[in-house]
Amino acid sequence: MTFFKFPCEFMCLPLFLLCWLSLQNEKWMNVRVGDIIKLENNQFVAADLLLLSSSEPHGLCYIETAELDGETNMKVRQSVSVTSELGDPNNLSSFDGEVVCEPPNNKLDRFCGTLYWRDKKYTLNNQNMLLRGCVLRNTEACYGLVIFAGPDTKLMQNSGRTKFKRTSIDRLMNTLVLWIFGFLVCMCVILAVGNAVWEREVGSLFQSYLPWDPPVDNFLFNAFLSFWSYVIILNTVVPISLYVSVEVIRLGHSYFINWDQQMFCSQCNTAAEARTTTLNEELGQVEYIFSDKTGTLTQNIMSFNKCSINGSTYGEGTDPLGPQPKRLDFTHFNPLADLDFCFYDDTLLESVKVGDPHTHEFFRLLSLCHTVMSEEKSEGELVYKAQSPDEGALVTAARNFGFVFRSRTPDTITTTEMGRPVTYSLLGILDFNNIRKRMSVIVRNPEGRIRLYCKGADTVLLERLHPCNQELMNITSEHLNEYAADGLRTLALAYRDLSEGEWEAWSESHRCAGKAANCREDHLAVTYEQIEQDMMLLGATAIEDKLQEGVPETIAVLSLANIKIWVLTGDKQETAVNIGYSCKMLTDDMTEVFIISGHTVQSVRQELRRAKERMIELSRSTDGGKEAGMEGWGEARFTGNGVREGQEEGGGGGGEKQLHCSSPPPPPPPPPLPPPPPPPSSNVMDSISGEFALIINGHSLAHALEADMETEFVSTACACKAVICCRVTPLQKAQVVELIKKHKRAVTLAIGDGANDVSMIKSAHIGVGISGQEGIQAVLSSDYSFSQFRFLQRLLLVHGRWSYLRMCRFLCYFFYKNFAFTMVHFWFGFFCGFSAQTVYDQYFITLFNIVYTSLPVLAMGIFDQDVPDHRSLEYPKLYEPGQLNLLFNKKEFFICITQGIYTSVVLFFVTYAVLSDATQSNGVPLADYQTFAVTTATALVIVVSVQITLDTGFWTVINHVFVWGSLGSFFTIMFALHSQALFRIFPSQFHFVGSAQSTLLQPVVWLTIAMATAICIVPVLAFRFLKLDLKPQLSDTVRYTQLVRQKKRKPVGRSVGDAWRGVGSMSEGRLGARGGSRRSGYAFAHQEGFGELITSGKNMRLSSMALANFASRHSSSWIDTLRRKKHTPPSTSGECSPAPSCVSGSAPPLSNSSSVLGGSQDTPIEEETGAAPTQHAQSVPTSSTQSSQFVTPESEPAAPQGQGHAQAVSAGVFSSSPLRCHGDSAGGWMLTLSAVQEALFGWKSISARTTASSSQGLPSVAKETSHVE
Amino acid sequence: MGKVKGKLGPLARRPDNSAFKQQRLPAWSPMLTANTVLPFFYIMALICLLLGVWLLLTVQSTREIKLDYTVGPCDKCHEKRKNVTSAAEDCKCTVEFTIEKRFKGDVFFYYGLKNFHQNLRRYMDSRDDGQMVGRKNNLKNPSSYCKPFVRDQSGLPIAPCGAVANSIFNDSFTLMYHEPSSTPVKVPLLRRGITWYTDKNVKFRNPKMNSSMNLAQVFEGTAKPLYWKKPVYDLDPLDQNNNGFINDDLIIWMREAAFPNFKKLYGVLHRAKKPFTGGLPAGNYSIDISYNFPVQPFQGRKEIVLTTLTWFGGQNHFLPIAYLVTSSLILLIAIALTVVWCKFGKNGKNMEE
Repeated sequence: MTFFKFPCEFMCLPLFLLCWLSLQNEKWMNVRVGDIIKLENNQFVAADLLLLSSSEPHGLCYIETAELDGETNMKVRQSVSVTSELGDPNNLSSFDGEVVCEPPNNKLDRFCGTLYWRDKKYTLNNQNMLLRGCVLRNTEACYGLVIFAGPDTKLMQNSGRTKFKRTSIDRLMNTLVLWIFGFLVCMCVILAVGNAVWEREVGSLFQSYLPWDPPVDNFLFNAFLSFWSYVIILNTVVPISLYVSVEVIRLGHSYFINWDQQMFCSQCNTAAEARTTTLNEELGQVEYIFSDKTGTLTQNIMSFNKCSINGSTYGEGTDPLGPQPKRLDFTHFNPLADLDFCFYDDTLLESVKVGDPHTHEFFRLLSLCHTVMSEEKSEGELVYKAQSPDEGALVTAARNFGFVFRSRTPDTITTTEMGRPVTYSLLGILDFNNIRKRMSVIVRNPEGRIRLYCKGADTVLLERLHPCNQELMNITSEHLNEYAADGLRTLALAYRDLSEGEWEAWSESHRCAGKAANCREDHLAVTYEQIEQDMMLLGATAIEDKLQEGVPETIAVLSLANIKIWVLTGDKQETAVNIGYSCKMLTDDMTEVFIISGHTVQSVRQELRRAKERMIELSRSTDGGKEAGMEGWGEARFTGNGVREGQEEGGGGGGEKQLHCSSPPPPPPPPPLPPPPPPPSSNVMDSISGEFALIINGHSLAHALEADMETEFVSTACACKAVICCRVTPLQKAQVVELIKKHKRAVTLAIGDGANDVSMIKSAHIGVGISGQEGIQAVLSSDYSFSQFRFLQRLLLVHGRWSYLRMCRFLCYFFYKNFAFTMVHFWFGFFCGFSAQTVYDQYFITLFNIVYTSLPVLAMGIFDQDVPDHRSLEYPKLYEPGQLNLLFNKKEFFICITQGIYTSVVLFFVTYAVLSDATQSNGVPLADYQTFAVTTATALVIVVSVQITLDTGFWTVINHVFVWGSLGSFFTIMFALHSQALFRIFPSQFHFVGSAQSTLLQPVVWLTIAMATAICIVPVLAFRFLKLDLKPQLSDTVRYTQLVRQKKRKPVGRSVGDAWRGVGSMSEGRLGARGGSRRSGYAFAHQEGFGELITSGKNMRLSSMALANFASRHSSSWIDTLRRKKHTPPSTSGECSPAPSCVSGSAPPLSNSSSVLGGSQDTPIEEETGAAPTQHAQSVPTSSTQSSQFVTPESEPAAPQGQGHAQAVSAGVFSSSPLRCHGDSAGGWMLTLSAVQEALFGWKSISARTTASSSQGLPSVAKETSHVE
Repeated sequence: MGKVKGKLGPLARRPDNSAFKQQRLPAWSPMLTANTVLPFFYIMALICLLLGVWLLLTVQSTREIKLDYTVGPCDKCHEKRKNVTSAAEDCKCTVEFTIEKRFKGDVFFYYGLKNFHQNLRRYMDSRDDGQMVGRKNNLKNPSSYCKPFVRDQSGLPIAPCGAVANSIFNDSFTLMYHEPSSTPVKVPLLRRGITWYTDKNVKFRNPKMNSSMNLAQVFEGTAKPLYWKKPVYDLDPLDQNNNGFINDDLIIWMREAAFPNFKKLYGVLHRAKKPFTGGLPAGNYSIDISYNFPVQPFQGRKEIVLTTLTWFGGQNHFLPIAYLVTSSLILLIAIALTVVWCKFGKNGKNMEE
């Protein structure tokens, strides 16, 4: 990691205050770097801001980053202390600092910068930043300084390049047009050579009647001229109007998409919109869909759906066919109820009313064990600020069932239980983290009894129960399985009574652990572990991460259509897997679900290999008919979380905690790679049977996307039915899409709603944006937008399919038509001495493509349907021809061309044979040129019109009008052009006068035309009939049944349909089938650190607590923990960084130990006068074993060592943080805010500062640092 | 659009529920089922068969005789025309032939040329329709398309200009009927009214002239085409109204043939007098030919065609035979399709399952 020395524009951000005293409303487009902006609650952040101050205490503010990474939980940001003190606009207006920061980059989880203000420096990091794409939550207002705006924002840097999108048909068309050009040149060469020969052999003799052109009296020159003449004449074979017509057709299709009522969402009043008009037919060829999760598949709403209390399950268990259960009305029962809460099972309410102690305890737990903050603006008007939506749902549920969480202070929780106010004293919060997968609170109730309430993942919690719970546990875990199979997010709840003695003993050990020098976290975890034992099971909750309407059905239909759906989300693995289950992408009857979560190249490669081997092995055994055995395997492999942990040592998941805190444990020695198995050839992978799923983590994906592993990853992943990539960055999403584009040559579609999907949307062949949600970033860069995921099936299966079909039919016909039209000239060349004489009248040549034949084919291209729309939804298999590109490809093209050439041969030679010898009924020969021209032209128009009637499958009024109209216009225009009036005005231009009349009155002419038409059409008809008869396509069959049904005028039932719908159709029974898997439904969108936040009281308003008597129990600050999370490898909780190398500490994934703490404190500070590019995090390696507590004391004595002017600065900083004692007093450390700030941002800098003087260069910095330590 | 904006409420932007916009227009979707295709094929075959037979019978009733006179009796003239120097010299020859069976009804007299390319692009363009429709301006300033036959050596504009007019077929024929008993009788030929009506009355007009002027004065200041013996206003010494651009022979020649072998109408039997009221009686005939048109340089052939007509024109064997062949092919296809449909076809069976 290096710092860049910036050009001046970036370095010195001029601080311009946006019209302070009258806060001005400005459009985002006018925001410039350096502006200060006020943001209000629920506002969308549209530039990268440095948080200056907020309405909340301590300059905290909360953001939701779903748009950025898909995570639904709230995150906290804090401003630098000096600026947060500024507070209101008036003070802020006097702020005149200077920010030096890194250049714009795409790393969402890092920011390095320094604020210079009043001769001091303050380190800035990601914790101070509000990135574009976030939404401000639970914060009334905040002020921010614009650091990056517009395209420099991290989000936009992630969005990738905008590419010019073209459809595969377009590309094919371009190739074909080039071929046609080649063909044209060939024809011209042939004709020119013919001309040379003819002129030499015959033309030279004919010179007395037609001398050669005087200047170059040469047959070769004649041939040369003839070549170019033929280029001009035959150029109609290269369809110039093709491109225009194609665009017109696409425009029509786009309008149909815009007009589709069934893609209109009445809730959000948004109709579907085709934002580009060039990609429509590609919609009919999609093979891979890459979907975002949050906001696309899900609504981002959590609802308390079911619960199991003491062995009985509550919630909507009624059968779906029964009457719609009534929504419970809580208002009579509980005046504090949240009106938006929905629950349908009144037995639960009854049980609460009756006073069932278990139920009461259950809801008491929910009202106590959480980190939600409440705000009561007026009596009874509670607003919960939940850090994760799951928690919010649980606390709200408890609230409605009579256990209302009212308020909290750092050491009390006030609730209203069944109308009675109760205040518990909060003895401790055993915070959540990703390894523990649970959180507990220890409270003392008003009676003085101490109780520990715990909620957490069932896998973790059930192990820690008192043995007497066995029976209840069995029942509850059965319920949990049911919930998990329904895709609900589950939590198990338990409590434990603690005696005073136990509590005393534990709290003592906890205190000790808190003070531990090394590995404090691990020590704490051990103490937590000690007390979270022998618990009594209360029950379980099931929260529904509400899917958007119709998502499972849509996914089922789309996968029946052979479309592979990949979910790419920035969210956690558990959440993603859970959604996978709830939208039926993953099912319990899947053969196997592989998880790839290795952290090193080796382990990822190994996991991929292993997955592949398993797949081949399993599919072989399935093929061999050993189903029974296979099931057993599948069973055995499901462990813990229901999915097979790919690699124990590499996985971040449920490994054992490591207590030894030696510096980063050596990376798992690359296990001796088994001699690489004979790489399964791709066709083996293609023919994998059985349903597999692959789940890959972002950090593994980073390795999998490396060049040498790409193919392996693709082949494995594509053999799977479902692929879920979690914790991926926006750029990785795009990379995955690119990968598939590159390796599979398949048409990809990306769908998403958030700004984090922009890059994916841009790089996929087709980007679809979900509109109607917050933010329109995705929509703006998308090609199609609508407001519900379920519209995707209509877009693809109906509009896309039709578009593709129409486009293909159009192209086939268009090429056919042009060849039939043009090749006649070629044949005529052999009779007219290759002299480039045209067959037709010049006006006919001009008008043929524009007037006589354009509208019918346009009508077909716009309106044609093979099967009605509801049919194509009923039979998703109808979509397959598009994916396989069957309707228009090079073969089809050659067939069309052949047909066109055949038609031209027939047209020319039949006419020639008849007319050369025929006469009119008055004896005038018909062999004159004009009669021949008129006859051929008429025959051509009639033949191509008959052909279009054959091609048109859906005759609307418009088609009739256009087909008959075109024929009519041909005759009308021809008669007009051959009329006397025009001839009299321009005799040389309209010398065909009278030809139409005298020709078309002849029966011979009509007999000729009729015969030519018959000869042209009969083989086509026979061929089509045979094809339909012997190899009927699915669409033909569907069409046929439709026809039969129409005739019978009664529905035949679905029997035919069901036969075709095939195996995959999701019968209700199967959906409901709960396999025997032991999958945990645990997926808690929670983040560590909020417990400390609460016990420290930092996030409480001054009004709600007395700051004076708050005492922090733990010496380390909560925010420190948060920060640490950011820098530990993504396996624990922080966002995954696209380039793992940026984590300087490169801590081993499993170790959550403090070694990371020092190692990744990558907040540098330079005390040099700022301009010098400074090595970043240079002091890190040596400090890796140092825990934060010791930094300050050690660096204090070190401070005097620093000489020079830096001294003054550091002194200044110190003076603002006078309380720097640490001891083991009961209250722990007393930290003022600034002290925390120092601890957060300054501690490292102090050591650096003390050593670095302005006169010293880089190397000495490093040296001195190590010396100090 | 105004109406759409006028709507309020949650459905304000809801697309119209019209059949067109929802792609639900009532439509007819035909399908190639056996019920429609097979009968169609059989009917097609039948129709073609009937047409073919009818045409064949019709064609059988026509009579036609073709006489190639390029060489043979006219060898001498053929040789003579080889030399450009003797182009101006007259040469006559006589071709004799016998009609076995009488030609009933109207008999048409054609001259035919083989290997004469009237359809070359430069040849066809080498004319000025403006001149021939009688425009004064074009008469004196022929279009440059006529090159190289725009002006003669002395610079006078050529009327009619261009390669087409220049190469007019200028043989003339006299058809004699040798009645067994008496002296040969000249067979009367109508040499007028053998053009398209539009050509004669619209496309070709003489320049406007005052009643006092004669045609020669109108064409004053123009030269005759290079190969012509007579000026354009003196083409038909017998009929003043058949002179100038509206001369039937010129008009017929100017209607260019589409193919290198072609025939053009020379005259129609005038059936006013006996023994020609019923057509050409059987017997011996001779044709006195004024052999002017050289075909030797381009290896062409010249012929005379005598034919009778039916409702659809002259003798044309191709059309009925083609119809018969087509009919039998369609029938074959139809039978093949029927067999395939019955034996292997999945249509219907598969679909109705």
